[in-house]
Amino acid sequence: MAATTSMVTSLTFTIPSLGFRLPTRSYPCVKPQRRFVRKAASNVITATYELKAPPYPLNALEPHMSRETLEYHWGKHHRTYVENLNKQVVGTDLEGLSLEDIIIVTYNKGDILPAFNNAAQAWNHDFFWESMKPGGGGKPSGDLLDLIERDFGSFERFIEEFKSAAATQFGSGWAWLAYKANRLDVENAVNPWPSEKDKKLVIVKSPNAMNPLVWDYFPLLTIDVWEHAYYLDFQNQRPDYISVFMQKLVSWETVNTRLEKAKARAAEREMEEERRRKEEEEGKPTNEEDDDDDLEMYVDNDNDDSEAE
Amino acid sequence: MALLSSVTRRTLTLGLNSTMLLPLSRSLQTFSLPDLPYDYGALEPAISGEIMQLHHQKHHQTYITNYNKALEQLHEAIQKGDSSTVVKLQSAIKFNGGGHVNHSIFWKNLAPIREGGGEPPKASLGWAIDTHFGSLESLIQKMNAEGAALQGSGWVWLGVNKELKKLVIETTPNQDPLVTKGPHLVPLLGIDVWEHAYYLQYKNVRPDYLKNIWKVINWKYASEVYEKECA
Repeated sequence: MAATTSMVTSLTFTIPSLGFRLPTRSYPCVKPQRRFVRKAASNVITATYELKAPPYPLNALEPHMSRETLEYHWGKHHRTYVENLNKQVVGTDLEGLSLEDIIIVTYNKGDILPAFNNAAQAWNHDFFWESMKPGGGGKPSGDLLDLIERDFGSFERFIEEFKSAAATQFGSGWAWLAYKANRLDVENAVNPWPSEKDKKLVIVKSPNAMNPLVWDYFPLLTIDVWEHAYYLDFQNQRPDYISVFMQKLVSWETVNTRLEKAKARAAEREMEEERRRKEEEEGKPTNEEDDDDDLEMYVDNDNDDSEAE
Repeated sequence: MALLSSVTRRTLTLGLNSTMLLPLSRSLQTFSLPDLPYDYGALEPAISGEIMQLHHQKHHQTYITNYNKALEQLHEAIQKGDSSTVVKLQSAIKFNGGGHVNHSIFWKNLAPIREGGGEPPKASLGWAIDTHFGSLESLIQKMNAEGAALQGSGWVWLGVNKELKKLVIETTPNQDPLVTKGPHLVPLLGIDVWEHAYYLQYKNVRPDYLKNIWKVINWKYASEVYEKECA
């Protein structure tokens, strides 16, 4: 495993072929996770993304979403995104990064790089299958329901708003319920972390492959409103598809689990930030390499040359 | 001035007849679904009758319905001087108006084989294609490549820059009309690559749809438009 131990997992590293660094300031908890698969009869370690199956058989969502739809949507569309992503990533510095890291890197603050579409769509579809379950629908409970009622007024109003976002995403795209707990990242200021009451649930829609990871939101639920998601079952009737999705397919358990993770991540970030602030105050060196200088190692000091007369 | 005011007064006293238009307000034109010049099934097997019917009666009709609604709201907002609403309505007008514009062209871009669908262009357009792209096959290949590569929903166009008299291939996202890519661009032929245009028949295999649609492309219409712009 010598090859893997030589891979330093640092929070900043350059990707020369792309000409920029993996941003870390905004994503303190994103540690690039490398996944390696040793191919049989080969000494080369390559990283590939696999097409994960939905957590239920392809016919399990009938009659609300047909087996035929799943066969094409998962078996063709989703599979193609994954296959094309692998082709795009092999042999580049993106190889081995987690899907989420590739999405952030190739989003490139809006100046999108080629692998973004396939990476984001691969992730979006994984997230979508997991957002549904046979016998889904109904109502959430506990913390999730409380937050929904706090941020939307009532569960019914949340449903209305979500359905409206999904119906009015023009062209291809997605509608999301997400947990927003990030603070403004303005370079010359340190904005306070949001208080408990500022952390909130939001409904957002996004076009094509876009998703809320790029805005540093924590997605909780999504519905695919690309036409391929509903055309075989509903033809042009997107509103009917959305209603059926809400009433019969949404897995509120999954949404709940994601919410708990979102809250935990927000708390973790705050603690991390506190620790960093305290260390700075006490003058201790920090562990995080967020100084650009650290990345370049100078063998010769400029001063040496100037002294040589 | 006196004459004008007496005319105006007479207009008002002639009453609230709905056909009497007040001088300062114009009636709003509403749009309706144009008829197809061929049966829904006439483009088979390239495009199924099922798709043609849904595409025309549902999708295009919905764009028109929503376009009319948006225009009415715009009309009201303009009259009230409600600028926020005027601005807010722009995207609905672009989506739905664009959808109406684009699909109206699309139906004319298609023709059954027995009515000339698929027959290559001749005369000035044929010559311009050969000059600019080398051959019709080369044009088709390029358009198909652009159409297949388009992410999400949109259109691939063969257009002419009426200032430079040059042919162009362009794509537009969603329902943006070709003119959004350049004020001098006139569409000669557009191919709808929204999934609704092919999914029921071709499923995820957009390239097959693009390969087959050329069998029913109506080059006569494209030539007419070209000659008008480049005469």
